[in-house]
Amino acid sequence: MIVFEGVTKRFGAWTAVDNLSLTVAAGEFRVLIGPSGSGKSTVLRMMNRLIAPDAGTIRVEGEDIARLKPETLRRRMGYVIQNIGLFPHWTVERNIAAVPELLGWPRARVRDRVTELLALLNLDPERYRGAYPHELSGGQQQRVGVARALAAEPHILLMDEPFSALDPITRGALQAEMAAIHKATGTTVVFVTHDMDEALALASRIAVLDRGRLVQTGTPLDILTDPADDRVRDLVGREDWGLKRLAVETVAERMRPGETAPGDPLAAGAPLRQALAEMVARGTDRLPVVDGRGRPAGALHLADLLRGPDRA
Amino acid sequence: MTRVRLIHNRVALLLAVVTVAAALALPFLAFAPNRLLSGKAIALSGVAGAGGNAAALLPFALLLAGPFLRASRAVNVLYVGAGVLAAAGLVWLAGQHAALLAATASPAARTSFGAGFWMMEAAALLAVLDGVRRLGLGPAGRVAVGALVAALIGGQFAAGHLDQLSIMKEYANQRDVFAGAVLRHAALVAAALAPTLLIGVPLGIAAQRSPAVGRLVFPVLNVVQTIPSIALFGLLLAPLSALAAAFPGLGIGGVGPVPAVIALTLYSLLPIARNTAAGLAGVPEPVREAARGIGMTPRQVFWRVEAPLALPVFLSGLRITLVQAVGLAAVAALIGAGGLGAIMFQGLFANALDLVLLGAVPVILLAVAADAALKLASALALSRLGRTAA
Repeated sequence: MIVFEGVTKRFGAWTAVDNLSLTVAAGEFRVLIGPSGSGKSTVLRMMNRLIAPDAGTIRVEGEDIARLKPETLRRRMGYVIQNIGLFPHWTVERNIAAVPELLGWPRARVRDRVTELLALLNLDPERYRGAYPHELSGGQQQRVGVARALAAEPHILLMDEPFSALDPITRGALQAEMAAIHKATGTTVVFVTHDMDEALALASRIAVLDRGRLVQTGTPLDILTDPADDRVRDLVGREDWGLKRLAVETVAERMRPGETAPGDPLAAGAPLRQALAEMVARGTDRLPVVDGRGRPAGALHLADLLRGPDRA
Repeated sequence: MTRVRLIHNRVALLLAVVTVAAALALPFLAFAPNRLLSGKAIALSGVAGAGGNAAALLPFALLLAGPFLRASRAVNVLYVGAGVLAAAGLVWLAGQHAALLAATASPAARTSFGAGFWMMEAAALLAVLDGVRRLGLGPAGRVAVGALVAALIGGQFAAGHLDQLSIMKEYANQRDVFAGAVLRHAALVAAALAPTLLIGVPLGIAAQRSPAVGRLVFPVLNVVQTIPSIALFGLLLAPLSALAAAFPGLGIGGVGPVPAVIALTLYSLLPIARNTAAGLAGVPEPVREAARGIGMTPRQVFWRVEAPLALPVFLSGLRITLVQAVGLAAVAALIGAGGLGAIMFQGLFANALDLVLLGAVPVILLAVAADAALKLASALALSRLGRTAA
């Protein structure tokens, strides 16, 4: 858990972060979003003390980080940046092993961990272990960057626009892998982006920042259906708002259990946006739905998509 | 209509023209009754004709054909080989003819290299360089070719084949002091290297971290660099003499090795400090941020990340420094620091040009060796970064 209390950071006359209070719960995938200059990166970089706040306290897992040695704090957190920053004179293996080596893990354990992480990030361990960063594509480099951040099994992973510089297809693949890794490890992720689609796809909760202040926090659905003001409405985008909303809810939330429909089935976990795309492509208003094990679960009707979200 | 291309290699053409002109128009050797008289010119035709020695010139045939051969790997290999053999063969021919002349002349007679020899030798060595470049040899291959040339000429030296050449007669006269002079020369450079690294590297690091330090340090070092070496020795004379007078026990003086080492250090600081700073400035900012962000201490960031990444540029600064210091150390003989410069100046004052050569050739060889060794080290450091040597 990360708690900001009344945190302020100024650079000269400019206030980057203004009396910010924010709590990131353990296990959460928290996305910080805002326009450039909103202070989102500064907030992230204060979490691992790359930037020191001028006022306020920051607690990580209950400890005031101002009292910790910066290196000790950083070795407990993974850190991924947009420009990747792999060490060009080290092999992929040594890059990933950087933090475990700093922590003095035994050699065999480091080696096993590198193998495990390369496999987790879909890089063939035997092929890439000995490669140098310049031999990899941008997407592969950032996979190694994520593996390096995860190496010492941190409870917290800080990611500063990690996929912004990648092409859309690679970005999509890495987003999906990141979501899977979060689900599998339960690591708390703090993820900075300026891309609302990315935020909606990944976040369990979103914090919207503007000019160093917190504008709104909430689930992706909250942000979409109940934007706090025009700034949030602008970020969400007014034109394809409907499609964005369909992207944050799953088929399971709107389907009619027990019903059946003809045609190839859709997974219950798929986003509604995909269901709509299938309906348009097939020219139908009903789709069969199967559960995670491929068993029939129900049917989804076009009319179900048009209802407002179920609010319990 | 397609035009037939006759000339395939313009560099080789130039070298061939120089070779032919030097062979025909310039004296290959000079023969004098003693070391002080100027010699009688001996043309290449007079040397090669005697006793079937022309065979030693055969490799030149390929060098002359070089411009007209279509480039291929085989042609380039042959061209390099011919250049190596031509350079060694020319020296062999000179030694051979000197021995022939010595058989009938007085022991005081001298056979010296003429302008033709130097031009042809230079053309042969440049042909080797051109061929090596065309072959695309890496630093290790270049060093190997250089070592081959050195071995072929050094072998003749070791076997005594060159003993009747004037430069070797000078060597025979200086045999007692020559090795000492080479060692002294190397020692002067090495003695200047330690303070250079101890001062220059921290200056470079400080200049990279703080632009204010850089704005202060580099202009000063630049000015030092522009002071002529003799003037700098003169400038050091007064304060060091005063220091020596005040503290006789220190063993320093206004002349001798101490001011020489101080002057060499002052000259060496700029390339070392500048390349240290440039190497560190070349470390990508995201790499530095990542190193800090994953929890390296400032010391670990420096030694594990910044220093290895700055190493190739630093090594090229060290190379410039060493080559420069080897040359400058020769001038230091003027203030009594000894070294190969002492032999050169002795030759200059005695008007014995071959004695000057005896001092100058080893200086050149030292500089070339230092250059080659550090280029190799730099290339090794770079290859690990996946970049190629500039």
